Order: sequence, then C-alpha cells, then structure tokens
Amino acid sequence: MIALDFRLWQGSFTLDISVRLERPVTALFGPSGAGKTTVLDAIAGLRTPGSGTIAINDGVVFDSGAGIDVPTHRRHVGYVAQDVALFPHMTVRRNVLYGRRDGQKLSLPAVSRMLEIEGLLDRKVPQLSGGERQRVALARALMSAPELLLLDEPLAAVDVERRRRILPYLERVRDELRVPIVYVTHDRSEALQLADEVVVLREGRVVEREP
Amino acid sequence: MDAWQITAFTVGAACLATVVMLPPGLLIAWLLARGSFRGRILLDTAVSLPLVMPPVATGLVLLALVAPRGPIGRLLAPAGIEIVFTWKAVVLAMAVMGLPLLVRTVRAGIEQVDRRYEAAAATLGAGPLRVFLTITLPLARPAVLAGAVLGFARALGEFGATIMIAGSIPGSTRTLAVAIYSFAETGRDREAGVLVGISAAIAFVALAASNWISTRGASRA
Repeated sequence: MIALDFRLWQGSFTLDISVRLERPVTALFGPSGAGKTTVLDAIAGLRTPGSGTIAINDGVVFDSGAGIDVPTHRRHVGYVAQDVALFPHMTVRRNVLYGRRDGQKLSLPAVSRMLEIEGLLDRKVPQLSGGERQRVALARALMSAPELLLLDEPLAAVDVERRRRILPYLERVRDELRVPIVYVTHDRSEALQLADEVVVLREGRVVEREP
Repeated sequence: MDAWQITAFTVGAACLATVVMLPPGLLIAWLLARGSFRGRILLDTAVSLPLVMPPVATGLVLLALVAPRGPIGRLLAPAGIEIVFTWKAVVLAMAVMGLPLLVRTVRAGIEQVDRRYEAAAATLGAGPLRVFLTITLPLARPAVLAGAVLGFARALGEFGATIMIAGSIPGSTRTLAVAIYSFAETGRDREAGVLVGISAAIAFVALAASNWISTRGASRA
C-alpha cells in the first residue's frame, strides 16, 4: 500500500497528489506533462516535495511536518526509469548484481531465466538492443529485492512487436514475485492490460480512478 | 653536479605529491561538483588560491603553518616529524600547488557524468560513497587521469613554494627547478642547460601521456 499526500512545485507547474494505492499493480495514466514521472521521482526520493507525506507499505519515507526524508538508497524502491540508465562501464552481469541485497531469495540464474537474459550476461551495455536493455534493467531492479517497483514507460522505447514480447515478462514479475508495481504510461490499452487500477493524472492532479 | 640524483628526486617527489593530492583532490572535486552545502564557494576559492597567488606567497603561508612553532608544525613536533627544509616540504609544496589543477579537471569531469546513473545506483541501495566510488569515479576516469597528469606536471616544475619551505639543499631538497635557478645564478650555465634539457624531456613525456589519455577516453565514449 502506498499513501501519497504531497505537493511539489517546479517553476509554474504544481503537483498536488493525494491518493492511496492499494492494488498490486497501479497504472499512472495521463498525457505527457501531467506529472507522472515526477510522482515516481518523489516516491523514490529523487525529488523532494515542498510539503506532505509519502508512505510505502506503512513505512513513512517522507513527512515534511516531522522532518522525515529517508534517502533514496534506504527506501528499497526498484525504479526502472524511462531511459533505464544501465551502467555503461559494467557488463550486464555486474549491472544485474549491483544492487543485490543480502537475503535476497531471487538468484541471478532465476531472474535471468525469468527475463530471458541468460545469453546477455557477459555483454557490454552498448551492445544491447532497446528491448534487451529493458529486461536487464528490470532484472537489476528485481535483484535489489524492492518492496515496490516503479516502472516509467517501460514500453515506450520499443516498437509494437517488441512491446507484445515484453508485456508477458511484466506479467510474470507481477504474478511470480508479487512485488507491488506502480506503472507510468500514456497508453490506455497498456494501462488496462497490466493494471488492477488506473489512476488518471492531468496537470498535476488525480482526476479519475478506474478500478 | 649529480643530474641523475636531482632528476630522480624530483620525479619521485612529484609522484609522491600526486599520490598525496589524489584523495583530498577527488573528495573536494566531488563536493564541489555534487554537493550543496554552506561554504561551498569558500572551499572552491581556498583550493584555487595557489593557482592565482604568487607561489612564493603560498610558500610563506605554508612555512608559517608547518614551522615547528606553527599551528600544524606544533602538532607534528612531539611525534618527531619535521617538515621545513626536508624532502617532506618539497612534497608538501608540490601537492598544494598541484591540487587546484587536479580539482578543477576532475570537477569538470564529474559534472559531465550523467546524474541518471547516480540516481539509478541510489535506487539500487548504494549510499553516496558507494555511488561515488563505483559509478561517478569510473565514469569520470579520463578526467581523473588527465587531472593527475596535470597535477604531476605542475608538481615537477614547482619552484616558488618549494624554495620557501624546502630551500635548495644539494642532495636533500634540491629539485630540477630549484637547481636550474641555483646553477644559473652562480654562472654554471652548462649544468643549468643540461637540467633544462632533462626538464623539457620529462614535460614532453607527461604531455604526450596526457594527450594519449584524453584521445583514448574520447574514442571510448
């Protein structure tokens, strides 16, 4: 369960979010410029709201009134950003193992099999295709045993054909690992296919919720 | 004149000075590039001062600090550590004078590193130090190498601060630059000329290495 109740100002843009996400997979849906990525950044601790509170699974990670602001590296949030940001100076294997947490039950062979990246482990990042990068980034995030997975337009950089091939991986993550997912997209069909609930954002506010 | 001893001593001291300036240099470059704290401009200015102050003036400030009765010298004296007019003073002068060049180069390199990688590492549970050591520094490696070469080159040619706190003691604190001055001043132009040739050769090698590093870094990116 993720409880968001915060305001964040950047320039003339105001993000005013008050919503509780209680379903396993939530899609944040809306036109570009609606503030979807900023919401993910705030949950991950990469951007600091001006005021309000953020709680992940009942743990408060941000509370402007109480002066709480848990740094990103202690929030245990897996975040696959839109540009995936694989470390260019490391092999795929070192990328995937970078954030492995002690006590992580998921093993490298298991995650490699699930996302079908076994053959990529010794490759260098520049040699990967867009779809491969997405899967490696997903594996890397999963190996850090996140309590919550944030995905920003995971299918935006790939063509329709690959999109069809990546969706099943996301469904596997949802069904096999049971990590709650917040999923940003501007594609309605994508939102409906994966998510249990769709939260519609427009100009920095939640305007609609579709169960 | 023992040109070999002077050359070996100068290169050795410059190498040591580079090693000495790297840890604080990298840390300061990182703080200046990524930190937001009070006194950032003050730190920036203080580190760059030796670049714009007359080296002799910097040497006089160092002398006041590390002299046996100075604030730093007083702390070292009980441990039997003497700095002034020893090889340690040579290394200290070289490190302080080379530091601004190292910091500026590395800082510019760190500012070029895409913050998205650092953010990704943080979401994977890496604290600031681990992000710096495993992401920022490796990605800024060409700048770190270039900065180290620049700092080393500056250390090799150090004169003003060295003569203030280390003097020109043959066989003990006399570096190439100081020796050239001493020989020229006493009319021993031939010896001075030999040392000038050696200095030029070392500078040539260092610059060639620096250019090689930067072109290699560029072709990799």
